Amino acid sequence: MGFNRREFLRIAGIGTLLGVGGKSVAGALSGDSGRASLSLQGERNPNALVGKRWAMVYDFRKCSERIRREGRCNECAAACHQVHNVPDFRNPKDEIKWIWSETYEHAFPGQEHEYLSEELEGKPFMVMCNHCENPPCVRVCPTKATFKRPDGIVMMDYHRCIGCRFCMAGCPFGSRSFNWRDPRGKDKDGRPFIARTNPEYPTRMRGVVEKCTFCAERLAVGKMPACVEACPEKALVFGDLEDPDSEVRALLRSNFTIRRKAELGTGPQVYYIV
Amino acid sequence: MYDGGKILIGLAIFLCILASPLVYNTVMGKASFVPEPKVPGQEQRCVMSTPFMRSEHMKLLNTWRDEVIRQDKRLYETADGRVYDMSLTKTCMKCHESKAQFCDQCHNYVGVTPYCWDCHTYPKEK
Repeated sequence: MGFNRREFLRIAGIGTLLGVGGKSVAGALSGDSGRASLSLQGERNPNALVGKRWAMVYDFRKCSERIRREGRCNECAAACHQVHNVPDFRNPKDEIKWIWSETYEHAFPGQEHEYLSEELEGKPFMVMCNHCENPPCVRVCPTKATFKRPDGIVMMDYHRCIGCRFCMAGCPFGSRSFNWRDPRGKDKDGRPFIARTNPEYPTRMRGVVEKCTFCAERLAVGKMPACVEACPEKALVFGDLEDPDSEVRALLRSNFTIRRKAELGTGPQVYYIV
Repeated sequence: MYDGGKILIGLAIFLCILASPLVYNTVMGKASFVPEPKVPGQEQRCVMSTPFMRSEHMKLLNTWRDEVIRQDKRLYETADGRVYDMSLTKTCMKCHESKAQFCDQCHNYVGVTPYCWDCHTYPKEK
């Protein structure tokens, strides 16, 4: 074999030069024209609500006062689930929930004890995604289908969700639900899982995880989240924590508030006035 | 080759059977089928030019999707200054009212099944 080291290096060198040069020439010639003409940037709606750190304050006293008076109070959850086409699979194991009711003991484990006051013991609290400062669901998502927006909203991109459910394991609040079944399907009696589909909002498909998005699509057109708008007692208040004059900051200044499982260090952004 | 004649005849018959659907469609004139997506009556201008939309609408929709979800930018301004909501259901399907008569026409023809409609809603077919 007449192929010594010197010749090998020469051939390899020439080959590399040709390869590098060829690639750049090919790139310049082909020039992805389709993408170039799509580089137009989108814009925000001028009416959009813009915040630096969105948060929710929930006044339990108003909510429980209404329950005492009228026996029930679930307008927020009903409105949310209607607006977002949240399916009702009529089976607690398959349940999809964006905002739901949890007893004090379950919502705030570790803060309960044997001798709780009557106002708190077993009383229902509305809970939802806490849009954590340091969201564990985002950290574990292998496809970046869930991510934190600069304004603090923990968003879901259903297009990218592969249904691995790592986020559900990561979330300490149970705020994420997996679609075990096709949300557009029907149960045994022929009743659809989504009673009335809101044509303005997509449904989900089987095999993706869904959650509360602080109504990102409503904020974008200048509306408050659906639950806030639906609450007849104004017990839910939504606003920007970075704005010292916002309503949420005023409430946090003047009331004692607790957060769910704050000791875990995820920085939940839903505050409860008890 | 043993039994060469028989093998060749067998191969010829096999090829005839294989080609029969193609021949049938050519003879019946179905081979030149061209899909005819129904264009909307009232609105004459789309977001982009027709040739662009025909070949690149999927890229446009992907760009829209990323802008809306990732960047929270929901308005799209065309080169000549028209502004659209970047939404498949709320913008595209407002003019292209019928999925069956518009989208499905070409998608069926080229044999693609985009998963847009697994989640996004479309107007009820009349």
